[in-house]
Amino acid sequence: MKFQFIVIALLFLNACKEKTKTATVDNTSVIEVKYAEASIDLEIYDFEGFKTFLNKSDDKTYVINFWATWCGPCVKELPYFEQLHANYKNKDVEVILVSLDFPHVYETKLKPFILKHELKSRVIVLNDGNENKWINAVDASWSGAIPATIIYNKNERKFFERSFTFEELEAEVKQLK
Amino acid sequence: MKNVFKLIPLVALVIFVSAFSNNVTHDHGYDVGDVIEDFKLKNIDGKMVSLSDYKDAKGFIITFTCNTCPFSIAYEDRIIALHKKYAAKGYPVIAINPNNPNTKQGDSFESMQQRANEKGFTFPYLVDEGQKTYPKFGATKTPHNYVVKKTEKGMVVAYIGAIDDSSRNPDAVTETYLEDAVDALLEGKEVKIKKTKAIGCSIKV
Repeated sequence: MKFQFIVIALLFLNACKEKTKTATVDNTSVIEVKYAEASIDLEIYDFEGFKTFLNKSDDKTYVINFWATWCGPCVKELPYFEQLHANYKNKDVEVILVSLDFPHVYETKLKPFILKHELKSRVIVLNDGNENKWINAVDASWSGAIPATIIYNKNERKFFERSFTFEELEAEVKQLK
Repeated sequence: MKNVFKLIPLVALVIFVSAFSNNVTHDHGYDVGDVIEDFKLKNIDGKMVSLSDYKDAKGFIITFTCNTCPFSIAYEDRIIALHKKYAAKGYPVIAINPNNPNTKQGDSFESMQQRANEKGFTFPYLVDEGQKTYPKFGATKTPHNYVVKKTEKGMVVAYIGAIDDSSRNPDAVTETYLEDAVDALLEGKEVKIKKTKAIGCSIKV
């Protein structure tokens, strides 16, 4: 897992270098600024590494949303998760957006998406091919369709294979014991 | 007479419970072992297709798929290969697009014709007009695959789930769930893994 992270980080560093070069040739500082902003690193996990996010036992409420840039209903509901993050980050609620995008679009689609939409919630990436194993481990009732969301704390856990409005999301968080 | 009155709540309860359990089965769609209803859906060539049209079929590989979902696209070549391999053995592929084209533009009838043409689909690619068929199957996403076997009772569901264990990379497949199921049926053996799960795009209603 660590190795994967390092490789991606290295690849990205390389990519960055090239872009800076191009920018210098073009002599446009605007482009340089753009790419400096773009220097985000993705947190990429296989399921073994990801599991810890599903099993925290501190006093927080965790809202784990499975999404992807290509998933229309997921993208539509992302602002509500962002709003939840903004309103509740100081109230022991942590929103984690788990991207299921394919590895070959990390640079071309996922990173630009995160930047464009200025996502403030923590975004992590789950890259694990053995879906038949880990979908059941996330929740036995999950068919595998996204969007899907888990809302849990140390006392209670709820799984949803559906879309949310902000009000519905907020109500679920408030209802949790 | 008193006894009869005593029975009323019980009868009511039985009716209530049985009504409820019927609903539950319907909500979840077909399970392995269930007999499926035939359908009559429009193919991209404008002709209507039913399973009963296939007199010689031993069964079918029914795939709910679409034009727009990256997971569906990732499996297109593998679906084409499945049809090539198994149609002659009696298990042709039937593809059904369950998405509402008004919700998902890229899944219109014309787009389906275009995609099938580009990829050279040699199997029917049917429109679930009115979206009445996919709920019967309990399909929730694309791709969502079913293998059914012709028996004296009718078409019985033998397998539900993924084509294989590597949607992201066809070169990294280690388990060919759906092929294994069809192979077992062809050899008259029991299907070992009857259900699997995979990530997919929710069906657009």
